[in-house]
Amino acid sequence: MSTLSIRDIHSDYQGQQVLKGLDLLLEKGEIAALLGPSGCGKTTLLRVIAGLQPVSQGELSINGVTLTGPHVFTPSEQRGVGMIFQDYALFPHLNVADNILFGIKYLDKTKRGLRLEEMLELVKLEGLAKRYPHELSGGQQQRVSIARALAYEPELLLLDEPFSNIDAKVRSEMMLEIRTILKKRNVSAVFVTHSKDEAFVFADKLALFKEGSIVQYGTAEELYTAPKDKYVADFLGSGNYIPITVKDNFRVDTPIGVLTSTTRLSHPAPYQGEILIRPQQLEIFADEQGLGVIIERRFLGNICHYQVQVAQNLYEVKSQLSQLMPGQKVHLQAQAHSLVLF
Amino acid sequence: MILGLSRIWSFAGYLIASIIILPLLAIIAQAFAPDKDVFRHLFRTVLPTYIGNTICLMLGVCICALLIATPAAWLVAKCQFPGRKAFQWALLLPLAMPAYVVAYVYTDLLDYAGPIQKTLRLWFDWQTPADYYFPEIRSLAGASVVLALVLFPYIYLLARTAFMEQSASLQHASRVMGCGSWQSFWRLSLPMARPALAVGASLVAMETAADFATVSYFAVPTLTTAVYDTWLGYGSLSAAAKLSSIMLLVIFSMIGVERFARRKQQLFQKQSGPNEKSVSKLTGISAVLATAYCSLLLFFSFLLPFIILLQYAWDYFDESWNADFWQYSFNSLYIAAIVSVIAVLIGVFLIFIRRISPRTSDILPSRLASTGYALPGTVLAIGILVPFTMLDFAINDLCEYFGQQGPGLLFTGSVFIIIFAFFIRFLAIAIGSVENSYKRISPSLDMAAITMGLKPKALLGRVHIPLLRKGIFTGLLLVFIECMKELPASLLLRPVGFENLATYVFQFVSDEQLEHGALAAIVIVLVGLVPLIYLNRSLEQEN
Repeated sequence: MSTLSIRDIHSDYQGQQVLKGLDLLLEKGEIAALLGPSGCGKTTLLRVIAGLQPVSQGELSINGVTLTGPHVFTPSEQRGVGMIFQDYALFPHLNVADNILFGIKYLDKTKRGLRLEEMLELVKLEGLAKRYPHELSGGQQQRVSIARALAYEPELLLLDEPFSNIDAKVRSEMMLEIRTILKKRNVSAVFVTHSKDEAFVFADKLALFKEGSIVQYGTAEELYTAPKDKYVADFLGSGNYIPITVKDNFRVDTPIGVLTSTTRLSHPAPYQGEILIRPQQLEIFADEQGLGVIIERRFLGNICHYQVQVAQNLYEVKSQLSQLMPGQKVHLQAQAHSLVLF
Repeated sequence: MILGLSRIWSFAGYLIASIIILPLLAIIAQAFAPDKDVFRHLFRTVLPTYIGNTICLMLGVCICALLIATPAAWLVAKCQFPGRKAFQWALLLPLAMPAYVVAYVYTDLLDYAGPIQKTLRLWFDWQTPADYYFPEIRSLAGASVVLALVLFPYIYLLARTAFMEQSASLQHASRVMGCGSWQSFWRLSLPMARPALAVGASLVAMETAADFATVSYFAVPTLTTAVYDTWLGYGSLSAAAKLSSIMLLVIFSMIGVERFARRKQQLFQKQSGPNEKSVSKLTGISAVLATAYCSLLLFFSFLLPFIILLQYAWDYFDESWNADFWQYSFNSLYIAAIVSVIAVLIGVFLIFIRRISPRTSDILPSRLASTGYALPGTVLAIGILVPFTMLDFAINDLCEYFGQQGPGLLFTGSVFIIIFAFFIRFLAIAIGSVENSYKRISPSLDMAAITMGLKPKALLGRVHIPLLRKGIFTGLLLVFIECMKELPASLLLRPVGFENLATYVFQFVSDEQLEHGALAAIVIVLVGLVPLIYLNRSLEQEN
């Protein structure tokens, strides 16, 4: 049984369709990222799950219990979900301890004390129970909000851009730390972000949004290596689109020579289209007889970024080699991988 | 927003709102009812003069107030000169001064028997009024100047903020392009502050239209005094209601101007970009002139009248310090206390409904409840008298029908009606300050609390109320002060024999004996100073 199951959810806002039929399944202990540009509906879906946003159609259940559906609506306060906000939403008039214990109802005093200690230890804030939110750093506030959301043991944790206010230097450290906490307690979570890097670090599965629909849902690797369309491919990283003609089940003809796929191609010969090759999948060699000419070179420290012209096409290449210079003739070659055809 | 919120909340909101707009509806309904020719008679004889006077007065006050407030606002916002920090808040003090007290003081100084004309006669050896010309203070022009002296802080405050928010880089850009500081003011600062000036002027115009005491003392008949006289003189409630509806037209068109200007103001002030303060230091003669201008303005608008009041109070202390003074102070205080508590409670409730309700139409109750402030005291009083007189008569008729002795004027003959009127008039202030405070509570706090299982009542009690403390306190304070000052509604609605500080002071002003009421007037002024100082301090803390 899935922790979260969403089927064909539609939502309108002021006559505009914000969500257009979404489906999503989340297993126990999994973390899913809702990824996409701003205004694509990802935060709206998060609010639908929390019961803070009305839906016009579709069904939503947590642990097999339908919470939203035809003639069913469980109010937010009875759903048992935890939510973490971009601004942390700590209650400014309560100290850390009262904030953390805010959502706990049916526990006696000693048990509450134990829970508080457990939570403070979990988020490494021992000794700060009496502090008020304004006396904490951004990262500490973030931890309090995590502790507060986990303290009442919700079925599902929802995170709304939780890392966007954290300093870039400590952000990935913070993300790994919180991911470890969630994994340790086997908490299922849904996480909203517009940054693919955050999604890669924090989530197990990615749901990529476009204008109110989920374009593709799967593990990060699936989306990166086998994108359904150019939108998914471009969102997750830059790439070269090379015109090709399919020769047989494994080989294609390209302007840089014949390439062989490690898996069977999705289209039969003589299909004409494009393939996606990521810049780091291209290898570059100095070659006086080569078909390519370096147009531009950018040195980025650990790697070098080249723009190479072959016939009329420009190719982006990332390489460890840094001694190649603009104007130099080069040869391009693709690493063996599963080719993606469009 | 709480999805699936019970409709009882919305219903309660609409119920409160409908009670509050009752007076407004009553006036509109009465405006179309037939009456005994009183209105037609007024229309044929004096009404055009009243309307003319009202419009001339509004224009006159606005022009005077703009002329004195704009330079002061610009100096304080943009220049450094001796005393600038003190003037920043001191120029708000005139707001605490009732206009009719200022009017009385200046009449005392400037009329034929006053010290100024006496001295002039002595110096130039004039014998009779025919020997020289001296402007008559008891006139439309005199009323305009006196009202402008008391109301200019509205414009000063808004203009000062507008000038301060103008980005320094715009100023620098105009300098680089060859504009001197004078030219920058005319071509840049002033046009950019125009919407703020318009908002201030429309507020001043509304207050002017609502003023009763000053014009009544100066015997300049306007629509407001006409409403008062028609009810107390002719005893015609429906003619008074008809006049009130004309008044409402004037007021609502002013509100329209204000709303329009405010929209523009947001536009103008939003673009200003990163806010780097630029203050130029004045030296030499210009610094002296700046200080002199602000000092004179403060002197004539506040210090001089206040000193004269102190003088009166000192001279007549033994006669004024009596049981009446204590009784009337107590009346003012307890009514103000009751009204401010009720207004703030209802204000919190209405804004809370609006915040948590998933239904967009639930914005309406808090909007409707704010309309009371637009009704001038006299108009509001008429609007309340219409339905409650009917209600009182109905109750008595009903009792007589059953052969019982009627209870008399249950509503219109008791303090209840004053409390009700003040509540309606000042609820908007309570709503405003609570709303302002609410804006600072992030909506995600609500969502966090709700997802953690809080019910609406607990959300209000455990999260909102503790965070609204400051707004609630400000609301209490502001409503309290306004209740202490409000005169026309008290005059029209008070039960026989009931006096509060405002009616008590006004009585002495009308009888040309302010000396005896000076102590009470000082109490009104001092109570009014408290929120000015408190609010100014909290404003400065925010900056």
